[in-house]
Amino acid sequence: MRKWLVQPDFVVERDPERCIQCQVCVRQCANDVHSYDPEDELVSSDSATCVGCHRCATLCPTGAISIREAELEFHPNANWTAWTIRNIYKQAESGGVLLTGMGNDRPYVNYWDRMVLNASQVTNPSIDPLREPMELVTYLGRKPDQIEFDRSNGGYSVKTELATQLELQIPVMFSAMSYGSISLNASVALARAAAEAGTFANSGEGGLHRDIYPYSKNMIVQVASGRFGVDVEYLNRAAAVEIKIGQGAKPGIGGHLPAQKVDRAVSETRMIPEGTDALSPAPHHDIYSIEDLRQLIFAIKEVTHYEKPVSVKISAVHNVAAIASGCVRAGADIVAMDGLLGGTGAAPTMIRNNVGIPIAVALAAVDSRLREEGIRNRASLVVAGGFRSSADIVKAIALGADAVYIGTGALVAMGCHLCQKCYTGKCNWGIATQDPYLTKRLNPDVATRRLGNLLRGWALEIKEMLGGMGINAIESLRGNREHLRGVGLSESELEVLGIKPAGVGA
Amino acid sequence: MKTDSAKYVIIGNSTAAIGCIEGIRSVDPDRSVILVAKEPCHTYSRPLISYFLAGEIDAERMHYRPRDFYDANRVDARLGLAATRVDPEQKIVETTNGSLHFEKLLIASGGRPFVPDIPGIEASGVFTFTSWNDATVIGEYIEGNRAKRAVVVGGGLIGIKAAEALRARGLDVLVVELAGRLLPLALDAEGSRMAEESLRAAGVELECSTTVNRVLTEDGCVSGVLQGNDRTASCNLVIVAAGVVPATGLVAGSGIGVDKGILIDEGCRTSVEGIFAAGDVAQGCDALSGESRPIPIFPNAYHQGRVAGVNMAGGDASTNGTFSMNSVEVFGLPTVSVGLATASGDGYEELVHDDEASGTYRRVVLRGDRIVGALFVGDIDRAGIFTGLMRQGIDISSFKDLLLTEEFGLISLPEEYRKHVVMGEAIEV
Amino acid sequence: MKRIYAREEYCLGCRLCEINCLVKRSKSRKIIKAFRKERDSIVPGIQVEEGERVSFALQCRHCVDAPCIEACITGAMHRDSESGAIVCDEERCVGCWSCIMVCPAGAVRRGRERRVASKCDLCMGESTPVCVEGCPNEALIYEDR
Repeated sequence: MRKWLVQPDFVVERDPERCIQCQVCVRQCANDVHSYDPEDELVSSDSATCVGCHRCATLCPTGAISIREAELEFHPNANWTAWTIRNIYKQAESGGVLLTGMGNDRPYVNYWDRMVLNASQVTNPSIDPLREPMELVTYLGRKPDQIEFDRSNGGYSVKTELATQLELQIPVMFSAMSYGSISLNASVALARAAAEAGTFANSGEGGLHRDIYPYSKNMIVQVASGRFGVDVEYLNRAAAVEIKIGQGAKPGIGGHLPAQKVDRAVSETRMIPEGTDALSPAPHHDIYSIEDLRQLIFAIKEVTHYEKPVSVKISAVHNVAAIASGCVRAGADIVAMDGLLGGTGAAPTMIRNNVGIPIAVALAAVDSRLREEGIRNRASLVVAGGFRSSADIVKAIALGADAVYIGTGALVAMGCHLCQKCYTGKCNWGIATQDPYLTKRLNPDVATRRLGNLLRGWALEIKEMLGGMGINAIESLRGNREHLRGVGLSESELEVLGIKPAGVGA
Repeated sequence: MKTDSAKYVIIGNSTAAIGCIEGIRSVDPDRSVILVAKEPCHTYSRPLISYFLAGEIDAERMHYRPRDFYDANRVDARLGLAATRVDPEQKIVETTNGSLHFEKLLIASGGRPFVPDIPGIEASGVFTFTSWNDATVIGEYIEGNRAKRAVVVGGGLIGIKAAEALRARGLDVLVVELAGRLLPLALDAEGSRMAEESLRAAGVELECSTTVNRVLTEDGCVSGVLQGNDRTASCNLVIVAAGVVPATGLVAGSGIGVDKGILIDEGCRTSVEGIFAAGDVAQGCDALSGESRPIPIFPNAYHQGRVAGVNMAGGDASTNGTFSMNSVEVFGLPTVSVGLATASGDGYEELVHDDEASGTYRRVVLRGDRIVGALFVGDIDRAGIFTGLMRQGIDISSFKDLLLTEEFGLISLPEEYRKHVVMGEAIEV
Repeated sequence: MKRIYAREEYCLGCRLCEINCLVKRSKSRKIIKAFRKERDSIVPGIQVEEGERVSFALQCRHCVDAPCIEACITGAMHRDSESGAIVCDEERCVGCWSCIMVCPAGAVRRGRERRVASKCDLCMGESTPVCVEGCPNEALIYEDR
């Protein structure tokens, strides 16, 4: 039955002056929008299935294609926006749950856009990053409560035994994106780029594919509720292990990889039968209390001989400060928090858009709480959820983060156009798909290079901003909320974030 | 009688000789090379004589290599000097003016036209068609005698090309062929039928299963021919294109092994150490049929010449799979025939694709799991892929049903062979 | 010498290489004009072969021991001394198709406008062949192996 109420989201426009009927668009669209009529010798487009991924427009050699939002305009309605109306049409026709991919696209306030950074002038000169050394190196892991030094031969050495630290050349890591939700080429590119840049990539809950083994010293592997791909070797191969309690896009529910994305390689890596849905339950069925979490953390530490930091990843929800504190006391060396804007390969739209809190306030709350309790040193804080630029990262570090995970940003660097159709498995850019015809489109050499370029560009920008603030080491910025001011924030928001409003001095 | 000497002496000036020079110089850039050739012209491409006669190309385009070829390769070219005898013991080549002493010798004296014993064949206006000079004098005869009608004796490759050239010059042409069909060695029955159609469409007449028994003359000039079927055809020009035989007269009685041609091994060595042969005069082994026979084909001649040259200079080369192959357009209809293209019967399997609508005919002959012959008429695109598969003796069983499909290409071949062609190093001939 | 290598694991079958080659060989060198006026008279030197799950672009391999040079009856097929590429001198070529008969890659084609052999010439004069330059997934690489 045709779904009459559901109309196209996009309109594909082809400039007839520029179209040369070369059919590149026909070959490149995984949604069969473009077609060639040999009789008329004409390429034409049926906008009905267009998802707005821009693959055709990008590859068109004459730039003949443009994609616009569909023009069926409703009577102006501030409450019943076109989006809300269309959602009901879809559900009325299908009776299903609205699904989506990537991160929250609703117009919530973005706190990074409401905070501004300082710069040095006159009294405290700025530093030129091209002339002076700038330290971005970051260590993630448990820091000791106190340090004892040994003094000998006119020098000092550290006597206290330090827990294993992850050394990052730049305070940015690649967020958890499971192999299965993204293609193998994408997973390998993330691992390689992390290794080449001296940082880390998170495997997500898809297990670790053989092709990533050469980079495993730069991998953080996840133990999620489905326990996919988890065995002793898996844990010991990587640099760190992360227990995933939740993620920002869908707090409170588990993961879902549709059966058509579970091909032979995915099934082998996840250790599940081929062609079956990979369902991760909402809770870990062996973690029903904080004591259970502590048990799992130490079980992992035992199995990895206490040589690797154990991280716990939680969603940012209302009680995040208390939960984070509990995780630290349970023995986590790193606490990773994923906020309201975090991305996903597949999630129910209503949950993605409405559950969870923004990462900025979660970070401020957790950092303040851990400092108040005197345990801030016991775990590093890594934040995730919609970090778009080097400026967002600098602000997060000033707010108290040790490092930042980027997910969406990394995918965009590889070519993602945020069409939000990852759950269909027909990603035209070869990223969120297992279809071999499509996965070829992501050349891992090219993807690795693009990721490396992004990190390089951001590192330079971070150094510029640090230098502008008169700082030459990222450690000096960490938790230094004095360098932030709020713009357009209410008093209570300023209080939660622990920052002053712009205009107020030291 | 003066005796010159050189490390390398080459008899002949056509493609085999050139291949030999290029082969020698790829190994030995310095030692002396003397080349002797009966024809006084710069090296030229024999297959081009029909284009020349037709007026399609000029003298400059007849040349097979640039003007400075001999100098650039340090070759002492004695053009217009005919070799008359080879003395293997003395290592001497006798010529019409002096002798040459050699350390290594290549005999590439080519073929001579076979002229059947027909009464009247000596009349004026009767020509063979194997040299540039032939093309020149025929052209002059046409102009001088305002020839209007020609008879070409022989419907093989040379006959067809001669007929084309004459037709291009505006003559009416009748081709007389002994066999039951046109190009009987290169094409099969269907291929011949298509070729005949093309020939007749160009306004050329054809009579098969007959021969010319007598040349009729008037005042010493040809005026017509009497055919075996008792029919008379009037004409004022006759071209005899009844075949070519190896010009082995040079080595008669010398002790060098000869059958139909000078016998050579896969390194182009004759039975006498230090003496090599290549091209139309040589007789090697047909890689597909196993037969020992001359294969007077242009690419093979170059290849043999080059192999001989490399070996003469101390290298180590061998011919890899020589078999017959022809690419010829019959009055605008492209045809490519490779290997045992017309074979049929016991032990052979034929795959045929015949598309009358598009005028395309393809025939592939298999023996076991290997291709041993291929024939393309009309659509000759990418025929070389089959030639490559034949040369390498590739087992085609895994893609046999793809061979004659429209999409057949390297994509249909086993990954290893395809990657060798696309990604690997040089493809060897 | 540098040659073009096509990696089938990255080829999208988009045929932008064919388009770029066609434009390079056109008189106008402008893509829209070339496709409007000259599309039917130009044979690109590179052509994509597509199977069910595999595709790759094929052009002349510029072989070390080239069968086409051996078979060429006019000497039109020759090796350019500077680049090492095999080039067909169209002024000398008579369209006998012996090269097509012997090329194991099937990389030589009959010209459309003139009866001459047509094939890749490594974009003589350009530092990088246009097909390599324009491949959106870097499936074509230009290197010395």
